[in-house]
Amino acid sequence: MLNAHRLSFRFSPDTPMLEDVSLTLEAGQWLGLSGDSGAGKSTLGKLLAGYLAPQAGAVTLDGAALPKSGMQPVQWLPQSPELAVNPRWRVGKILREAWTPSDAQCQAFGVQPSWLSRLPQSLSGGELQRVCVLRALAPEVRFLVADEISTMLDPITQLELWQALKREAEQRQLGVLVISHDSALLERLCPKCYHLRDGQLTLI
Amino acid sequence: MLIIDHLTLQLPYYADGYATWWKRRWATCLDAFSLTLSPGEVHAVVGASGAGKSLLAYAIMGLLPIPARLNGQLYYQGKPLDASRQRQLRGREMALIPQSLSALDPLVRTQRQVAWAAQRAGQPSAHAWRSSQQALDHYQLDTRAQQAYAHELSGGMARRVLTAMAHVSQAKLVIADEPSVGLDPLQRQRVLAALRELADQGKMVMLITHDLRHALPIADHVTIMRDGKRVETALATAFQGSGASLTSAYSQALWLALPDNAFATTTVSRREQETNVA
Repeated sequence: MLNAHRLSFRFSPDTPMLEDVSLTLEAGQWLGLSGDSGAGKSTLGKLLAGYLAPQAGAVTLDGAALPKSGMQPVQWLPQSPELAVNPRWRVGKILREAWTPSDAQCQAFGVQPSWLSRLPQSLSGGELQRVCVLRALAPEVRFLVADEISTMLDPITQLELWQALKREAEQRQLGVLVISHDSALLERLCPKCYHLRDGQLTLI
Repeated sequence: MLIIDHLTLQLPYYADGYATWWKRRWATCLDAFSLTLSPGEVHAVVGASGAGKSLLAYAIMGLLPIPARLNGQLYYQGKPLDASRQRQLRGREMALIPQSLSALDPLVRTQRQVAWAAQRAGQPSAHAWRSSQQALDHYQLDTRAQQAYAHELSGGMARRVLTAMAHVSQAKLVIADEPSVGLDPLQRQRVLAALRELADQGKMVMLITHDLRHALPIADHVTIMRDGKRVETALATAFQGSGASLTSAYSQALWLALPDNAFATTTVSRREQETNVA
């Protein structure tokens, strides 16, 4: 169980980003998070994954703090895959940086063997996004924060990505926080959705 | 009127990633692509990433990299659109709203930037300054935004600055490449409404996007593109219900995959990657 307890975060002293936000993500649960741009959705996602430290409150995993080193059990998936990979590494090296997915898993996410010897800039955004999602699914990982991962995908690629992720999450009881502008998408994916406004979460 | 007649575009690529001429192969990026764009209409070109949408825009504007091989014909206002005519019309009769916000000059303020676009379109400098002011006001960019540098603008503001530049040049053909990517719903609405307005003034607007759902309300025609080929050109109104009035299986699959429709795969979509690699 991933638990955020009364988080507060501000980038500068006079503009609070998040105020007293609490959130619980169970194993196997899909939770949606919507909000206007600049509302702090990504900030909350990064806090949960340990990319940022809150000024007040704490993020705990099964009651303990997030591990300081090693493979993180909470993974953050960013919106732009181009910025999340080393442009000088070939796709195979990028994919196997943390763990080595099986051929069946590659196939489930539509990652073609022929991509592995190519450089990331020769893949399209959708192709690279699938590589990044698969990379984040190491066996140690138990929670995912998917931050607008399908915004730049066409409907079919978007659907395929979510279907593959849904299957994987069901098998392994992954908890997923889906951050998106797209309320129709959130409705489809998540039984429970939060809306973030003025630093406060409200249940929709 | 812009007529694209069986346009075929090939770009070189190198099998192992190193640019050595003896390993050069040709990838077909546009394959006998045809399209007609009339004044007063918004024509949406929709496709997956890698379908060649942006390359189509570059081919029309004449901005392709040098080694590109181009076949087929382009006609603008009844006359062939060749390289010299493209150079002559670019920024005057034809304007591109590029995908990347890095197209803005980082070293000048917004209003100067828009005034440059007006000057390039042939307006004397005093007049250009005034019309840039009007254009910026029109797109609801306040004094602060007008005096800002590119990095100080939000994504939606920068898009509107780029649209203002296309507007001020009085171009008759406006090509917008993914104008709504990364914008929140309100900003996206504004940018798309600005494009619709250009069409209502009698201009030709080509809207290049992967976002079928938000293109539909402002588009008259929609061309679905896949792997450089035209799959189908349909009226925007054909995209409704179960998509039964669409003639091709791929456009139906695209329509049904949207979260507000069935959100389900049909058989055609699966083989997409295989064809891409070959």
